[in-house]
Amino acid sequence: MTAIEWIIIIFLAVGTLFSIAAGIGLVRFPDVYSRLHATGKNATASVILIMSATFIYFLYEHQLFIGKILLTILFVFLTTPVAALLISRSAYRIGIPMSKESVRDEMKPYYDNEKASPAKNE
Amino acid sequence: MFDTILTWLLLIKCVGALLCIIRVLIGPTHSDRIAALDTLGLMLIGFVGILMILQDTMAYTEVILVVAILAFIGSVALAKYLERGNLFDRD
Repeated sequence: MTAIEWIIIIFLAVGTLFSIAAGIGLVRFPDVYSRLHATGKNATASVILIMSATFIYFLYEHQLFIGKILLTILFVFLTTPVAALLISRSAYRIGIPMSKESVRDEMKPYYDNEKASPAKNE
Repeated sequence: MFDTILTWLLLIKCVGALLCIIRVLIGPTHSDRIAALDTLGLMLIGFVGILMILQDTMAYTEVILVVAILAFIGSVALAKYLERGNLFDRD
């Protein structure tokens, strides 16, 4: 194995570890907000590392510059936080409770305000 | 050697995807299921990425982009549907 293959293997292994961490966090965390906290960051890091390894592989083995892989990295980096924000906001608005161990609910006064005067929004 | 390590990494990623499927099946609320399906889409992107290196082809780049876009659109549409009950507001 050449040096560039070792670099690719290291990138892929770290990305796979992040992916496993996302799965374990998804199964073991207590409520939907902490699960989103676990999966959003870990899955994004996993995709970024694996796509970087694929890009490096095709750049050094075949001398091919594939821009679509870089576009995938940019797209995932932009859209995963947006999806996590939308899922957690809809979960909060339809009243899914936080876990028993949670100690702070900073969103509560804002959403109480919104519930008291629904006509002001929308 | 290189291909063997890549095959093992694919197997390890299968374990991660299996954990996501467990959460989809047992998730107590619908939001858990949406989050798990979103994560499953992201894991599928990484899976196809490793498969591109393993099979030494660049035929799957469009597949990666389409899966990324579909995972995002599906998550946003399902979250919006849970929140308000309709997808397109008319006013």
